[in-house]
Amino acid sequence: MILGRVVGECVASQKDPSHEGRKLLMVQPLTLDGGDQPGPPVLALDAVDAGIGDRVLLALEGFSAMTAVGRPNSPIDAAAIGVIDTVDITDPA
Amino acid sequence: MIIARVIGTVVATRKDPRLESMKLLVVRPVSPEGKDESGYLIAVDTVGAGVRETVMIVQGSSARMAGELKDRPVDAAIVGIIDTVQVVA
Amino acid sequence: MRIARVIGNVVATVKDPQLEGFKLLLIEPMGPRGPQKPLLALDGIGAGPGEWVYFCRGKEASFVWRPREVPTDAAIVGILDPAANQAWQSRWQAGGNKGKTV
Repeated sequence: MILGRVVGECVASQKDPSHEGRKLLMVQPLTLDGGDQPGPPVLALDAVDAGIGDRVLLALEGFSAMTAVGRPNSPIDAAAIGVIDTVDITDPA
Repeated sequence: MIIARVIGTVVATRKDPRLESMKLLVVRPVSPEGKDESGYLIAVDTVGAGVRETVMIVQGSSARMAGELKDRPVDAAIVGIIDTVQVVA
Repeated sequence: MRIARVIGNVVATVKDPQLEGFKLLLIEPMGPRGPQKPLLALDGIGAGPGEWVYFCRGKEASFVWRPREVPTDAAIVGILDPAANQAWQSRWQAGGNKGKTV
C-alpha cells in the first residue's frame, strides 16, 4: 500500500458491473514527505467514502483492492482503503 | 499487453523442469508503427510465432493463463501474431 | 486502474484460442505530461477508437470474463462520460501519439 491524494473523481456510466455503486477516485501517489510521485494518477475504487483532497491509503494489488470494496474476483487492481489522519515519521534515516 | 517483434530464440538445456519443451523467444517491444523500442523480453511462445513476426505479449501472472502455461514459471507469453495495427484516433 | 484513450484497432488471426472473439484495442494511457507508450487491451465494455476509458491491469483484468481464463494483462472496464470528465481531460496534451514516433 502507498499514500495517495484524491485529486479528482471520474464518472463512467458504462462500466464493469462490479464497479457499480462505488466512486471512481483519481488518486495521485505521494512520497513520504507529501510530494507527488512522478507517475500519473491511478483510478481507484472507493472503499471508505473518501473525497477530493483527502489523503488515502491506496492498495495497488488486486486481492486487497477487491476484498476492500467487497467485490472479490472482479477486475479491480486499485482501491482507496483508508483515509489518512496523520503520518508520523519518527526515524527518517 | 504489448506489441513486440520476435528477434531471436533462446536455447537452455538446463532449466526449470516446468519449462521443458517450451519455446523461448527473444522479443523486442515495438511502437504501433513498428519502430523498435529499448529493452527486450524472453517470452514463451504459445502460438507458433517465428523470428521477424510481430506478436502480442501478455505479462505477469496473466501470462500463465495462456496455452499450456498453467503453473509454469512464466511471466511473459506470446499469445497472438499480429496481422494489422490501425491507429485511428 | 488507469485512464487511457482508445487510439486504434489490432487484428491478430493466429492467437490463443481463449482470445477468440475479443476486440483488441490499442490504448494510450494518460501520463502526468500527456500520453504514454501505447499498449494492447481487451475490450470488456464496448469501447471504440476516440473514447476515453479506464482499464484494469494484471491478472485482475481477466476477471472481467471469469470463470473463463482469458490470457490478458489489460482490460478496458469502463468508458468515461465525456461531459462529466471535461475538467481533467483538458489537462491532457492535445494531439496524442497520432502520427508521431512513440
